Amino acid sequence: MSTHEHTGDAARDGGYNFAYLDEQTKRSLRRGLLKAVAIPGYQVPFGGREMPLPYGWGTGGMQVTAAVLGQDDVLKVIDQGADDTTNAVSIRRFFVRTAGVQTTERTEEATVIQTRHRIPEIPLKSGQIMVFQVPIPEPLRFIEPSDSETRTMHALNDYGVMHVKLYEDIATYGHIATTYAYPVMVDGRYVMDPSPIPKFDNPKLAMSPALMLFGAGREKRLYALPPHTPVVSLDFEDHPFELPTWEHCCAFCGSTTSYLDELIVDDQGTRQFVCSDTDYCSRNSALQEAAQ
Amino acid sequence: MYVAVKGGEKAIDNAHALLAETRRGDVSVPALSVRQIQQQLPFAVSRVMTEGSLFDPELAALAIKQAGGDLPEAIFLLRAYRTTLERFAATVPLDTTRMLRDRRISAAFKDLPGGQLLGPTFDYTHRLLDFSLLDEDAPAHGAQHATAAGEGDAADAAACPRVVDMLAQEGLLGLDDDHGEDVPDITREPLDFPTRREQRLQALARGDEGFLLALGYSTQRGYGRNHPFAGEIRIGSVEVWIEPEELGFAVPVGDIEVTECEMINQFVGSRDQPPQFTRGYGLAFGYAERKAMAMALVDRALRASEFNESIDSPAQQEEFVLMHSDSVEAAGFVSHLKLPHYVDFQSELDLIRRLRKDFAQSVQAEKEKA
Repeated sequence: MSTHEHTGDAARDGGYNFAYLDEQTKRSLRRGLLKAVAIPGYQVPFGGREMPLPYGWGTGGMQVTAAVLGQDDVLKVIDQGADDTTNAVSIRRFFVRTAGVQTTERTEEATVIQTRHRIPEIPLKSGQIMVFQVPIPEPLRFIEPSDSETRTMHALNDYGVMHVKLYEDIATYGHIATTYAYPVMVDGRYVMDPSPIPKFDNPKLAMSPALMLFGAGREKRLYALPPHTPVVSLDFEDHPFELPTWEHCCAFCGSTTSYLDELIVDDQGTRQFVCSDTDYCSRNSALQEAAQ
Repeated sequence: MYVAVKGGEKAIDNAHALLAETRRGDVSVPALSVRQIQQQLPFAVSRVMTEGSLFDPELAALAIKQAGGDLPEAIFLLRAYRTTLERFAATVPLDTTRMLRDRRISAAFKDLPGGQLLGPTFDYTHRLLDFSLLDEDAPAHGAQHATAAGEGDAADAAACPRVVDMLAQEGLLGLDDDHGEDVPDITREPLDFPTRREQRLQALARGDEGFLLALGYSTQRGYGRNHPFAGEIRIGSVEVWIEPEELGFAVPVGDIEVTECEMINQFVGSRDQPPQFTRGYGLAFGYAERKAMAMALVDRALRASEFNESIDSPAQQEEFVLMHSDSVEAAGFVSHLKLPHYVDFQSELDLIRRLRKDFAQSVQAEKEKA
């Protein structure tokens, strides 16, 4: 697995402004992001633009990335934790073409990481920006379909229905039956949807030294977690938040602590488990080879 | 095997090459030109311009060509182009009474100032396949006698009053007042609910024709019934004027073809207000009659709260209608289901296995107890 080092403006398509969007639009996005950072977990409406990728494929994340990207940034794009999934490749290419920025697959080298559904295993550091692609920003949406209603509920700190929903899960299944997009309480004030990351990744949101920005293109909402923000996954005293565990380790690198994807490797239905974070996995494997 | 599961740059490149091949079809057949599409698929061009929110027949035709005739895809292409354009002015409201009319009909009055002008229409055609069109060299069937009948009635440029204005003069119809306030732009500010009618009309103008047609139809079948009459439909070209700040007066910048539909609907009245008809409005770029009519029906349905009507049908619910009418948004979100969801699915797999294990254990325990 190589790192893609696209240098400078050589690869850039001159027909569009830097990072596709015009400067005025980027400025309006940054104003929205500043507000989002000022009120952690609060959903800020913004004048979303059409992007040349379909809604639902990361247009919100792309607009946020476009708004914060500078010429010296190094961009990493992942989807399902992997740098080489088709949509991650497509979005990375988009920014190489329109912004000519350097890209990398190494988590610690990136200054901006756009992601769909995962937070990298390698801990983030201060100065890094995570950009999350968000399909449905409203954590209360599946309980209350009307936006006017849910905005009022947020304003009034009226989150009873969410707790009732989680309680009903426990009453029905014995567990909270939410495994991804698991709702969190941000700084004791706003209930927030962390985007469809597995709940395994929720603890990485809390007190992170990196800035976390969330963009929902179709729903036209921005929200943010500034560095070192307390983020708590919703739970009950007698049913505390639990992390999933695996009985397996990664078939490639042997990791027992990373999030694993299940593969069906033959017609007999034999299963293998491998790290979803491809950067972490390949680095882990390389380390072990070097040690041997 | 790992590689087969994950995507990869090469797979994308190959997919794009295959798409280009599929779009082009058999290379022994001459390629369609953008000009041919623009000239010979005028209704497709109109729809793409309307829902793409950009009046540019040439680019709409290009989008149709690039999309291989997939109109929602073409609409998406045009939108993604439009969004990069700078907005430098808002136009003065179109004056459709001064339209150079190709078609003008009213279903409310048999005769009226300006007359009825059928113009080019599919109405009253027999939907029988015209096999003569299979012969590509033959002149198009209708073309030869399109002159004589139409010419006498052809609209002159003189102003032609709108039916609704005539009714409004008599006080029979509510006025659509221009409050002179700034018109919000839904492409710059996201919708907030409850919406203003200006926002709704913008969203409906961009909305998917099929979705609005079905909703409009549902109001006719009793789901939010409001007894519409097609007060007037007119199609033709109108001048677009802008008033640059530095000039202080308006100047024309060109002509666009539009379709306008005004529906006259059931009346409302109250103790202090005599009964009046109400109206629904539809406007679309190009020749897009079905779209304009559907839009007018849904516009009227969405005014339910303004007229204190009970809101109990889908077409009357603004959040439901406006949040789901945009084909670019809808197609995008539905199509994203094709993206990998391994991580989320893995979480669900783990949970369902755990639940099944719990279930099996409790069944076992019951058995043992018994």
